[in-house]
Amino acid sequence: MAVIQDVHGHDHGHDHPTGIMRWLTTTNHKDIGTMYLCFSLAMLFVGGFLAMGIRAELFMPGIQILEPEVFNSFTTLHGLIMVFGAVMPAWVGFANWQIPLMIGAPDMAFARLNNWSFWLLPVAALLLITSFFVPGGAAAGGWTFYPPLSTQGGMGTDMMLFAVHILGMSSIMGSINIITTILNMRAPGMTLMKMPMFVWTWLITAYLLVLVMPVLAGAVTMVLTDRNFGTSFFNAAGGGDPVMFQHIFWFFGHPEVYIMILPAFGVISEIIPTFSRKPLFGYSSMVYATASIALLSCFVWAHHMFTAGMPVVGQLFFQYATMLIAVPTGVKVFNWTATMWRGAMTFEVPMLFSIGFIFLFVIGGFSGVVCAIVPIDIQVQDTYYVIAHFHYVLVSGALFALFAGAYYWLPKWTGHMYDETLGKWHFWLSMIFFNVAFFVQHFLGLAGMPRRIPDYALQFADFNMISSIGAFGFGLTQLLFAYIVIKCVKGGEKAADKTWEGATTLEWTHLPSPAPYHSFEHPPVVK
Amino acid sequence: MKQDVTKTNIDVLKKLLIFSVFMFGFGYALVPLYKKFCEVTGIYELERPDSLARNTEIDSTRVIDLLLDANIRGLSWKFRPLQNSVQIHPGKLTEVMYEISNESDNLEVGQAIPSYTPKNLERYLKKIECFCFTKQELQGKEVKQLSVRFLIDPEVPADIHAATISYTFFKVKTD
Repeated sequence: MAVIQDVHGHDHGHDHPTGIMRWLTTTNHKDIGTMYLCFSLAMLFVGGFLAMGIRAELFMPGIQILEPEVFNSFTTLHGLIMVFGAVMPAWVGFANWQIPLMIGAPDMAFARLNNWSFWLLPVAALLLITSFFVPGGAAAGGWTFYPPLSTQGGMGTDMMLFAVHILGMSSIMGSINIITTILNMRAPGMTLMKMPMFVWTWLITAYLLVLVMPVLAGAVTMVLTDRNFGTSFFNAAGGGDPVMFQHIFWFFGHPEVYIMILPAFGVISEIIPTFSRKPLFGYSSMVYATASIALLSCFVWAHHMFTAGMPVVGQLFFQYATMLIAVPTGVKVFNWTATMWRGAMTFEVPMLFSIGFIFLFVIGGFSGVVCAIVPIDIQVQDTYYVIAHFHYVLVSGALFALFAGAYYWLPKWTGHMYDETLGKWHFWLSMIFFNVAFFVQHFLGLAGMPRRIPDYALQFADFNMISSIGAFGFGLTQLLFAYIVIKCVKGGEKAADKTWEGATTLEWTHLPSPAPYHSFEHPPVVK
Repeated sequence: MKQDVTKTNIDVLKKLLIFSVFMFGFGYALVPLYKKFCEVTGIYELERPDSLARNTEIDSTRVIDLLLDANIRGLSWKFRPLQNSVQIHPGKLTEVMYEISNESDNLEVGQAIPSYTPKNLERYLKKIECFCFTKQELQGKEVKQLSVRFLIDPEVPADIHAATISYTFFKVKTD
């Protein structure tokens, strides 16, 4: 197929302000996408620094580097920054860049709203980071900020709660924008069931976001008014119920983990067919599987609370509902495997990260099923087993998919090829160090090492040292990623318009590399 | 054409905004909803066992021999019960007295920590008033009498015939 060069908008490409004002005032989806991605990469390193602090303290038994209060702040802010500052904005960045390109739209539906959604983020990040330096220190009650700890902490906790509010607002606006763009601005001929999988997963994710983010905003507001205005939603002394917070939080929190992983499923569903040179196996079943995962995710929240006090009926309901999610997830994994089956596969870096994703995400999925079983969960609740489980689905899940997507689309974004050799180094080092860091945590958890504690009993010493070495290696490896990205932005081999032989979506078949500042001002026709 | 897209976009925006506001309200509505749900289905006792009405009638058929013990750690005090043991019926409100005296010339602060045998006695021992609830301050050479008012729940297992309540005063550091 011939590449149609979309140059109609090129003349307008230079009428935007330059320098800092370009970025402050931009309404261009590509600029905003770039800012989202840079922001989340920066936050990955902030959250990563906190993780290094945690692992350094846990390198040996005893207290060496961090006082227990500071350690608690580190674990709390590590979680919050990675979830709300790194993974979620990164996916919104991908959505900004890719959704208009993949559906043949000229830009996002609400360009100014888009600008605002982004510029809220640095404000929230600043609140989170500076909270370390206020009297009393940063919030230290865990990223889930359960009362009574979150209704007791100092000013740092207020700053954290306010930051979560801002981040939630940004997410809601972002997802409203994404839904509207996908529903109204698809190129003629692109029916819903012809949309690329990445667009589908983001549409469902955006609906989940508008469904549950406001509920989190409600919970945060209740904690804030409990702290500052004398209400007693969660204060037992005033007739409130602290366990109620956990129910409301996890009503948001469980769909939240699918908000982080569904776009990853989308990216993997783009990359696997490209490098297998076959269409995605079972496209419609993928769509329905994604929708059922999203739907089920709203009925499993209390599996985070099996030990918080619940009747057996409740435990059984949430146990079976949780295990049911393994079915649509299994459909996805089998579809990816079937796509690769007898495909003409090549193993460029995006494909390596995608296969690594499938392999490690399945391990995380299995330990998730283990945790769903009530009697086992009561044993492993709040231990390193749970830590290992959710890092397998969030680091080797969401983060690996982000890397895969970044390598896949960098040639389209920058017009240059990334360094394939360094990319392979990045993948293999990440793969090895990730498993060194987190696999042993399964054993620590099963042996009973509790999470969120700066010290541990002597019998845990060896595995903790191994885990810390893996974590340091993994952290350092990500500096290599930053280097590869910068190198690719600055120059490199010119990327072909259709960089990947097997790619079929609009951004590869209809646009040059790099994608022009204004694209698809005249929508392409999809047959 | 372009105008139409903008208008339909605004329509979707309005719907989604209203939906977000509705979900914000739903977050608040969850508070009464959860309570109502538990009440209707009866799957969760909202009242804690402690606050439920219970039979507290005095069981005069049983007698429990209660030994009183007193210890000191790190303080120059003397601490003793005014009676070595009491015999009580389960359910009967009882008061026992202790005496502490400061042997030194300086102000000292202590806190009493209780300990019970048999160890499951704690579940049945209901203390209404105890000197162990607060810190105790004694000036040099001061003597004080302290009381504990308590009852033993009539549901205490039938094989408990004797029990010991022991208090130990620990020194509290003062700045």
